[in-house]
Amino acid sequence: MVDRSGTPLVELEDIAISFGGIKAVDHVSVDLYPGEVVGLLGHNGAGKSTLIKCLSGAYQMDSGEIRINGQKATIHNPRDARSYNIETIYQTLALADNLDAASNLFLGREITSPAGFVDDDVMEAETRKIMGRLNPNFQKFSSPVSALSGGQRQSVAIARAVYFNAKILIMDEPTAALGPQETQMVAELIQELKRQGLGIFLIDHDVHQVKALCDRAAVMKNGQLVGTVDVDAVSTDDILAMIIAGKKPEHLAA
Amino acid sequence: MSENMPEKKQSIVQTLELDMRLIGMIGAFIVICLVFNVATDGRFLTPRNLFNLSVQTASVAVMATGMVFVIVTRNIDLSVGSMLGFIGMTVAALQVQVLPDLLGLGHWSIWIIAAVAAMALGAVLGAFQGWIIGYLMVPAFIVTLGGFLVFRGAMWWVTKGQTQAPLDATFRLMGGGAEGTLGESLSWIFGGVAAVVAVALILLSRRRKVGHGFTVKPVWAEALLAAILAGLIICFVWVMNAYPIPKGAMKRIAAAEGIEYTDTLVWNHGVAIPVVILIAVTAVMTIIATRTRFGRYVYATGGNPEAAALSGINTRLLTVKVFALMGALTGISAIIASARLNAVDVGLGTLDELRVIAAAVIGGTALSGGFGTIYGAVIGALIMQTLISGMASVGVDAPLQSIVVGIVLVFAVWIDIVYRRKTGVV
Repeated sequence: MVDRSGTPLVELEDIAISFGGIKAVDHVSVDLYPGEVVGLLGHNGAGKSTLIKCLSGAYQMDSGEIRINGQKATIHNPRDARSYNIETIYQTLALADNLDAASNLFLGREITSPAGFVDDDVMEAETRKIMGRLNPNFQKFSSPVSALSGGQRQSVAIARAVYFNAKILIMDEPTAALGPQETQMVAELIQELKRQGLGIFLIDHDVHQVKALCDRAAVMKNGQLVGTVDVDAVSTDDILAMIIAGKKPEHLAA
Repeated sequence: MSENMPEKKQSIVQTLELDMRLIGMIGAFIVICLVFNVATDGRFLTPRNLFNLSVQTASVAVMATGMVFVIVTRNIDLSVGSMLGFIGMTVAALQVQVLPDLLGLGHWSIWIIAAVAAMALGAVLGAFQGWIIGYLMVPAFIVTLGGFLVFRGAMWWVTKGQTQAPLDATFRLMGGGAEGTLGESLSWIFGGVAAVVAVALILLSRRRKVGHGFTVKPVWAEALLAAILAGLIICFVWVMNAYPIPKGAMKRIAAAEGIEYTDTLVWNHGVAIPVVILIAVTAVMTIIATRTRFGRYVYATGGNPEAAALSGINTRLLTVKVFALMGALTGISAIIASARLNAVDVGLGTLDELRVIAAAVIGGTALSGGFGTIYGAVIGALIMQTLISGMASVGVDAPLQSIVVGIVLVFAVWIDIVYRRKTGVV
């Protein structure tokens, strides 16, 4: 069980952002505790990715407050988010296809020699180490990532998030492009990171997967939060009903 | 996973880890040289012609290295030819009209002030265009098309269309010519140092890779590459040192240096100063492209601008820097071009933007962004210049020259696209 007695790791409070008059995220509040996986569910366009991009620095929210460990956090860009140890695995993976795995892993945070030049050899050695842990079959260290398979590309994106000692991990449909075996690998990784005390926001369409991996599920519809439920207290049908009807199941609605 | 097949037996090219495109370009260059050499009864591959070819290539090649970054970041710069003209005219006017009055004619610092002014002016003009592109979001094509017209017009304004000449004597050395070379001994030293540095870099890189436990090329492959590289450098110096300075120029130099001229005296040109500048620019730009964060971000932004931004890279500021660098390099080219002609008229740099873009593209820079090498662009410039000079020496008239260069450009890019498709890159 997740210990929710202390200060939450992340508190997203009353977050709102709109694009051209459309309320993409309409005053949503969600929190996340250390060692917890919170699933974000909803139809396409429900506002899950937009909400999470406010936390990762890709978007700037119009109003609301983000607190990390109880302290108000100012996140204006991805660099700010990284300074709070927030790492994101984007749905699109956000890889520069023309660069190799090591260059992508360290993009924006290159290891440099004392003279200030990027040290490709050290970065490749570090990449080999972490890939040896995450995906031991990975060998294509000198090819551009465009030459990799979907699963290999995904493992590069995951390695980038994990390498820099993230405290808060955002995963936007991390298994969408993966086969069953690789999906299992990601599931095991999530369990391991959870044990290490990371807090994880997991966006996923697969209700069964959310039931299996997450502690709580937050469901969104049309930019609004339908409700946050303990996954063990509800059935998959309850969650589906929340996604489709936009209502909390009656036995939970107090 | 299925893609991790056991290692297949490798061909020599794979063992040497050579870039096929590089081999293709060098092959094309050699073929073009041989064809022209036959067509001119051996007058093409002479030290004299190769020296002139190297000097003529320098100005366009320097700008082409900057154009690589511009195109890699999915932009284009149509203004470099006009900007070269504007900078050349401004700096020429500075040397002819302003500085002699302030400092006295032939003052030692005139060439330094002029050269620094050329680069600074280019950087400022480039940065301004980059700011409009990056921050005001006007497409690069339009901004630099505007710059193309503005700079050409402004060039006329600087001197009301008057040709500026003659330029400062020291400044002129940067354009090549009989005096503007390293001379024989210095050329040998330059070549020797360059060869040693090249071999040392190969060895250092190998040692680092072994230190990390990576697989490296077989020793013979590494040694062969080092030998070829050092051999090419020495060969180049040897050819440049085989071009005697004409008698008239020798008398002039001898008089200037207070040496008594005799008929038995033989001096050779050696490596031209603009070529030394080009080699230095190529080295620095290669280091920037492959060894600095800035260079890494240039390629990342070209490959996936969104991913670059999500990685915390300020892609707008990067655009400003890329165009500022392009401008500074245009300033260097303006120095070379004006010094070579020892005069600046309102036509200086006309059509250079297209030569520069063509050189970068022939050298393998993809207009879709993300791919391109500095050495490729330099070789691209060399191939273009070889074609143009070769056709001129065979006696092809100017209109046909343009037609041939145009066809070669399209053909080269088509070959490149086929190559990329076959190798699965892009």
